[in-house]
Amino acid sequence: MIQPESLVVLLVGLPLLGAILTFVYPRAATAVTAACAAGMLGAASGVAYAVMVGGGWSQDLGGWAPPLGIGWQVDGLSASLLLLTAIVGSAGAAHRAVEGLDQPFFWPLWLFLWGALNALFLGADLFNLYVALEVLALAAVALIAMAGGGALPAAWRYLLASLLGSTVYLMGVALLYGRYGALDLGLIAGALEPDLPSALGAGLICLGLLLKAAVFPLHFWLPSAHGRAPTVVSAALSALVVAAAWYLLVRLWFGPFAGLQGPGPDWLFGLIGTGAMLWGGLLALVQRRLKMLIAYSTVSQLGFGLLVIPLAVGAGAESAWRGAVVLVLAHGLAKAGLFLAAGSIARAHGHDRLDALGGMGAGVVLPWLALVLAGASLIGLPPSGGFLGKWWMLQGALAAGGWVWVAAILLGTLLTAVYVFRMLSVVIRPAAPVPPAGGGGLPGALPAFVLALLALGLGLAAPVLEHLLSGDAMTGGPA
Amino acid sequence: MIYLVLAGVLFVIGLHGLFVARHLLRKILSLNVLSAAVFLFLVALARQAEPLDSVPHAIVLTGIVVSVSTTAVALALLVRLSRPRGNNAAPAGKESR
Repeated sequence: MIQPESLVVLLVGLPLLGAILTFVYPRAATAVTAACAAGMLGAASGVAYAVMVGGGWSQDLGGWAPPLGIGWQVDGLSASLLLLTAIVGSAGAAHRAVEGLDQPFFWPLWLFLWGALNALFLGADLFNLYVALEVLALAAVALIAMAGGGALPAAWRYLLASLLGSTVYLMGVALLYGRYGALDLGLIAGALEPDLPSALGAGLICLGLLLKAAVFPLHFWLPSAHGRAPTVVSAALSALVVAAAWYLLVRLWFGPFAGLQGPGPDWLFGLIGTGAMLWGGLLALVQRRLKMLIAYSTVSQLGFGLLVIPLAVGAGAESAWRGAVVLVLAHGLAKAGLFLAAGSIARAHGHDRLDALGGMGAGVVLPWLALVLAGASLIGLPPSGGFLGKWWMLQGALAAGGWVWVAAILLGTLLTAVYVFRMLSVVIRPAAPVPPAGGGGLPGALPAFVLALLALGLGLAAPVLEHLLSGDAMTGGPA
Repeated sequence: MIYLVLAGVLFVIGLHGLFVARHLLRKILSLNVLSAAVFLFLVALARQAEPLDSVPHAIVLTGIVVSVSTTAVALALLVRLSRPRGNNAAPAGKESR
């Protein structure tokens, strides 16, 4: 049997190798990407299985132990996100291949994005994580800019926000290094004391990550960037890139910065999360374009994820932690499905203005079906993954007596339901005539449908998820 | 110590420039000042350590590579943005949209 340690190396090495190959041999790009996608799906499943059987582990690259070497770590959280990345990445690539748009450099950038995400989910070194963040941001900016026209200013704003976020992050890393002389997450976690330089460094790191995760009120760049990017790119950005920043924030908060936890920061993060939920939901309600509605919904759903910080302390912590992770996973699957389906519909109609779209009819049946299923998971109807995540989070909140957060989650869910139904009200309209060659047809919408089904079916995998995530509640990683 | 203070001052100058500048090229330059502040901070830290600490130097070298790449991407995007309009001074309304 192959060692899980070498599977992990494959997860980062394969996309980077593939990116170079697709750059050098553009004509074989689809085949190379398909091979990479298959390899990474296999490797991510293998890693997730290994974590389920034997728990998480950490490994030192090249046999160099920290503080000099750079470590990687794998646990339930990172394994599940790696698997999510592999699924969404493959579905997006399939959609793109069917779409048949011929843009130079799409495939290398796609694979770079993928590799950076995988490196981010594995890293256990503050500076290594910074480099992964930068590669991720550069690939994302170039992919957004590919749409041209109105996407260019959006890409520019995303670039500036992202660079500011990572520079602020790096300043925080420098402060922490100056204080403790270490970059490894485990070493900092062991040494951390709640004094001024540590608090300032941690604060800067969190600020930079909040900017990158587009958390309210720092979300100004997200909707236009996600709404105007090419369809596949929107799917990857909303499902994965935002989740990556969330992952890093949570990983650091419950890992190295655990010594700084207290009622003050908990309330602050909780209020930010609630604000994001309500503000993003309200703005999603007033959008006129389908893709922009879905983009604002990302801002709102991220608020749910952020509530893990006030909830995952004290009683009910483990349940809240599991719930938040499942919620982010379900959101990733559902959101990617929504964007791919919306892209198929927009291509069939030639636009995505909500008031002028026709209902479910010949040619757009499957995309609308995917939209309905993914929307159900977003609201949290049983048995979807969204339901399971919210259920566990609510259980945790009730156990801890956090009535404010219970109310916030319920209110956010209500808003989600309203804007999803606003989107779905289009379905029951009379079908509009669709130009026969307009869409990618059935194969183009198939990945969206599969993603939506997975989001829906995630709730049925509750025992598996519980087992996968049970090992790393709050510790942020294996000891 | 004076270098650490200087790095802090540069950081604030960079932040101020990024938010105040209207011209897109100035925004890129402000970001460069910002990252230079971080690099100065790291190098000043390395100098204070006894014996000399080499890890911050490695970080700064990597950081410079990253900063050069991001600046290149930003400049390329700037060129694309300015091409159809013929001037690269962004209209005031553009940033607020």
